[in-house]
Amino acid sequence: MTTLTKEADVPAPRGGEDAFLSVRDLYVHFATEDGTVKAVDGLSFELERGRTLGIVGESGSGKSVTNLSILGLHNPASTEVSGEILLDGQELTGARQKTLESLRGNKMAMIFQDPLTALSPYYTVGRQIAEPYRKHEGASKREAHERAVEMLDKVGIPNARTRAKDYPHQFSGGMRQRAMIAMALVCNPDLLIADEPTTALDVTVQAQILDLLKDLQQEFGSAIIFITHDLGVIGNVADDILVMYGGRAVERGTVEDVLRRPQHPYSWGLLTSMPRLSGDVNEELTPIHGTPPSLLSPPGGCAFHPRCDFAEQVAGGLSCTVDRPELPPGRSAACHLTDEQKRTFFTEQIKPRLG
Amino acid sequence: MLRFLIRRSLGAVVILLIISAVTFFLFYAVPRDPAMLACGKNCTPDALEVIHRNLGLDKPVPQQYWEFMSGIVTGRDFAQGPCPAPCFGYSFANSDPVWGTIVDRFPTTVSLTVGGAVVFLVIGLGAGMIAAHKKGTLLDKAFSTGSLVLSSMQIYFIGPLVLALVVYNLELLDQPQYVPLTEDPAGWFMGLLIPWCVVQIIFTANYTRLARSSMIEQLQEDHVRTARAKGMSGRTVFFRYAWRGSLIPIVTIFGVDLGSLFGGAMITEWTFSLPGLGTLAVDSVQNTDLPMVMGVMLFAATFIILFNIIVDAVYAFIDPRVRLS
Repeated sequence: MTTLTKEADVPAPRGGEDAFLSVRDLYVHFATEDGTVKAVDGLSFELERGRTLGIVGESGSGKSVTNLSILGLHNPASTEVSGEILLDGQELTGARQKTLESLRGNKMAMIFQDPLTALSPYYTVGRQIAEPYRKHEGASKREAHERAVEMLDKVGIPNARTRAKDYPHQFSGGMRQRAMIAMALVCNPDLLIADEPTTALDVTVQAQILDLLKDLQQEFGSAIIFITHDLGVIGNVADDILVMYGGRAVERGTVEDVLRRPQHPYSWGLLTSMPRLSGDVNEELTPIHGTPPSLLSPPGGCAFHPRCDFAEQVAGGLSCTVDRPELPPGRSAACHLTDEQKRTFFTEQIKPRLG
Repeated sequence: MLRFLIRRSLGAVVILLIISAVTFFLFYAVPRDPAMLACGKNCTPDALEVIHRNLGLDKPVPQQYWEFMSGIVTGRDFAQGPCPAPCFGYSFANSDPVWGTIVDRFPTTVSLTVGGAVVFLVIGLGAGMIAAHKKGTLLDKAFSTGSLVLSSMQIYFIGPLVLALVVYNLELLDQPQYVPLTEDPAGWFMGLLIPWCVVQIIFTANYTRLARSSMIEQLQEDHVRTARAKGMSGRTVFFRYAWRGSLIPIVTIFGVDLGSLFGGAMITEWTFSLPGLGTLAVDSVQNTDLPMVMGVMLFAATFIILFNIIVDAVYAFIDPRVRLS
């Protein structure tokens, strides 16, 4: 665990011990033939019941890996997970498989991105939904089937009783995602992780699914982690946002804070690269230049510095290429720019482009 | 399902017709007169002509083909006497009825095939699944290397080797032979034990690798991860979710293998001198025995086609996405 001792990481004590889900100094490293992939490299966040945390970032920023490690779904043979993941006070890193199995699908559940490949083609939708209910609630086959029908009905599948006997390939994309949600919610999980649940769906269905998730959250009071790269979606569903880059959190705040007054140059890049409905169709989008960092050998210092337009503005002896900026607790951004600079650059250069 | 079976059966008939026609006409391209065989050493042109007439070889080839094919359905009358349907004619070499010979030889081939298949399926799939489960460990590597070595072996090499060791040196078992199961089950079992084990070595090795790779592929599927995310136990995930999908490539290959084994495991039968369809096919080709070759060919082809249809039907049971229409 050289990575842990190499640098002092500042944990995020906001919320303290009593947070429902608390992830502290999470490192997820994969051993590959080319070397160690540092998919998550010192991540801390917290989540309360009934709240929704949106995790934003491009592909390979560590969003999905983080959440797979909460569920303990990584292959232990090739993955090294260290740090703390406390769910309702229970330590999940290094927990026994049996313990994790009894929590998965029960206390914590996950909705996967692609509902076509994420549902088994070999069993009926009803059976796949009923299965975790039978295991975790000890229900009989019949009770579990009734529960599956009830859940399908709840997520808005018409003729739930008949459709429960269908196979996933007989469902449309939107219905499959609904079935996936029904499956995740069948045991009323306290923590629901939605990994880009709407990415594979068209926009109208997307809106329905998001509404559905919100309704269900109100009903069950679950904590939700919503992973996406779509800032438009996140504004709709999340209470708080965590922006991830290169396996680390670079900005944290409420939806209002991060979307209206972002502080990190990476967040600025994400926002300015988004098309606006009100904008001119001929207006060119400005992508963030460069490519996401290699997780095998991430850039030294701030992982974002090779792509950052503001790296030269940093003064006061700190260097973006050498010193890695930490993410202070609370509303903050991991950046060497001073608060004054962040405010000025945002209002003068970024805000006008957001329209 | 019924429509599927009817459609596929009609297709099978067409394929068999094509195979029979190709075999029949190709046979006449062989520059060897089958009548010479029956005529013997002191052959005169007159005697040869008589034999030609008796065997029907004096008629035009298409007519001979037609008589042969219609004989299968309706039976035929020969100089030697009537031949009831299904009539494949009489052997040119020893005048035995072809159909009767095939029926005599078939139990040997069936015993060899079924026994061998049980052994190679159980051991092969078992070893493959264990290797997939323990992927990357020493055990997996041992199984993978072992199966590669064994699948590069040949029956005509291993067979005599096993015979030399087990039968002649250690005298543990008798020379392999076929004893009908109905007469003496124990003798049937002991007589075929060595051929089963030898025929299955290569198959076992192939099925080990096939089962391992398709299982590993399935274990990486998204829906298998979903099953784990639902809290399903490792065993449920392995046997219920991953195993089901891994069966499809295995069933495909198994259907092909079983079909061709039912047509006669030539090398194995030859190696152990077992009187099955395989040795029959080899002998009749060497003797230019057209009716026998035709009979064995069509019989073997029927099994291959039959198992293809069965495999397609089994797909529909394994994978609900497959529709049989």
